[in-house]
Amino acid sequence: MVSGPPLVVEGLAKSFGAVRAVDDLTFAVRPGAVTGFLGPNGAGKTTTLRMLLGLTRPTSGRALVGDRPYAEHPRPARVVGAALDASSFHPGRSGLGHLEVYAAQVGVSRQRAHDLIELVGLAGAADRRVGGYSMGMRQRLGLATALLGDPPAVVLDEPANGLDPEGIVWLRRLLRTFADEGRTVLISSHVLAEVQHTVDDVVIIAAGRLVHASSLAALADLAEPETYVESPDPEALARLAADRGWTARPEGAGLLVSAVAGAEIGAAAYANGIELHQLAGRGVGLEDVFLRLTGGAR
Amino acid sequence: MRAALVAEYRKLVTTRMWWVLLIALAAYLAFIGGVMGFSLTVAPQPEDGTAMLEGAELAAAVYSLVNAVGYVFPLVIGSLAMTMEFRHQTITQSLLVEPRRSVFLGAKLLVTVPLGLLYGLVATVAVVGVAGPLLEVAGDGAFLTDGRVLQVILLGVVVSALWAVIGVAFGSVLTNQVAAIVVILAFTQFVEPIARLGLGAFDATEGVARFLPGAAADGLMGASFFAAFGGGESDLLPRWAALLVLLAYAGGLALVGRLTTLRRDIG
Repeated sequence: MVSGPPLVVEGLAKSFGAVRAVDDLTFAVRPGAVTGFLGPNGAGKTTTLRMLLGLTRPTSGRALVGDRPYAEHPRPARVVGAALDASSFHPGRSGLGHLEVYAAQVGVSRQRAHDLIELVGLAGAADRRVGGYSMGMRQRLGLATALLGDPPAVVLDEPANGLDPEGIVWLRRLLRTFADEGRTVLISSHVLAEVQHTVDDVVIIAAGRLVHASSLAALADLAEPETYVESPDPEALARLAADRGWTARPEGAGLLVSAVAGAEIGAAAYANGIELHQLAGRGVGLEDVFLRLTGGAR
Repeated sequence: MRAALVAEYRKLVTTRMWWVLLIALAAYLAFIGGVMGFSLTVAPQPEDGTAMLEGAELAAAVYSLVNAVGYVFPLVIGSLAMTMEFRHQTITQSLLVEPRRSVFLGAKLLVTVPLGLLYGLVATVAVVGVAGPLLEVAGDGAFLTDGRVLQVILLGVVVSALWAVIGVAFGSVLTNQVAAIVVILAFTQFVEPIARLGLGAFDATEGVARFLPGAAADGLMGASFFAAFGGGESDLLPRWAALLVLLAYAGGLALVGRLTTLRRDIG
């Protein structure tokens, strides 16, 4: 087992001129789990990660990796492996060359660079220049760079961007393994659905402020179940929904009813002699919760 | 610091720029050495004998082309070493693995010293290799055993290393790669030559021209092609003072870069 350091953000704030990019942000990321750092574009995710990693100086507050700020660790890349920007490679350098450049300061051998380029599935492209890499290949190379030091914590900014479905499944398994080993894993995304099957915990921000932090299960509790119901007599169905005070909106040929169990709808329709052709639970609308929390609900 | 030096060394040698520029440098200086060696020996001389040098003085002046013409190459490769980090945003990764920004800058400055020496060596071989035989055959001689001439040649290599370091320091101040190269070309090819000529033309400003970077480098070498043939003032700084002036340029620029570029947020 690895004992990953907790990542702690306390009262963190950053202003760019008059713009408050990050505002009094407080949350903690625990080891042994995958945490999704979520928010719409421009919510302040990348700025927060850059402050956590000592690249950007906070206006106020602090961010800690374990017991101290990132930059105060003697070999920080051995503590946190980070991939922030899939485009920050010299296009004229080979993938392997890129890893070897940074291996020295991470404090690992060139052999480790070889091992990692294989681990991320780039062995065949190791000696090709990065300028010819696809977005997905760059993501993999960024991940390999982050993992050079076998770090107990991993911070990845939008790691699924540009990965093909197969790559996303591969990434998901890798992150799951890390978490199971006891590492701390923080990944950011602006699409909840992208990480929904990967994360245990979520930290959601919008406009630089924390709007929600909990386990994914607790987030799901905020979601209301929806039921799709369809009848050959849509007017009767609509009247029924209005009589019962259900929150319903038309969808396709039927109605989407919020927060009412399917059994209750079926019973009410039966009692009123309304013929039903479909009655289907839609599960929880996590994306809707996410949109509502981040102020983008429609 | 050792790890930072290894990393910076690998950054230099894992891209093609260093040897592309090196080949350009060798070809250009061989050409210039040939043209100058030829025109100062074989070609007809002006009758009035203005500004003409002879013997060892002439050989030293021709060999000092390494600085007068060649200094733009180590300067550019040095500035590229720094500006590439910003152009391709590798600065983010570089500062992730080494958050101590002074160590980062220091390693970059130091690691260009051997590269600058290599550039100086190749430039010298190119100039001396082409101009030397011409001077030997058609002129007063190559003077390759003359102590004073050898000093000029040797210090030309040292000067090249200093230019590379100054390039890194300059790149840390002006991180926009295109802008940095434009400024370097404009300064070395136009501004400084004109300034040396202009400042050297008046008694009041004559002393100032010696402190311009190219003039100081000439001073360190102890020979100036520019002063010998350009019609400017020929009064160079003594070697120790010239060395201090060049180190001051490198140190001053690096300090400004450390306090501006490298204090800012990255990203």
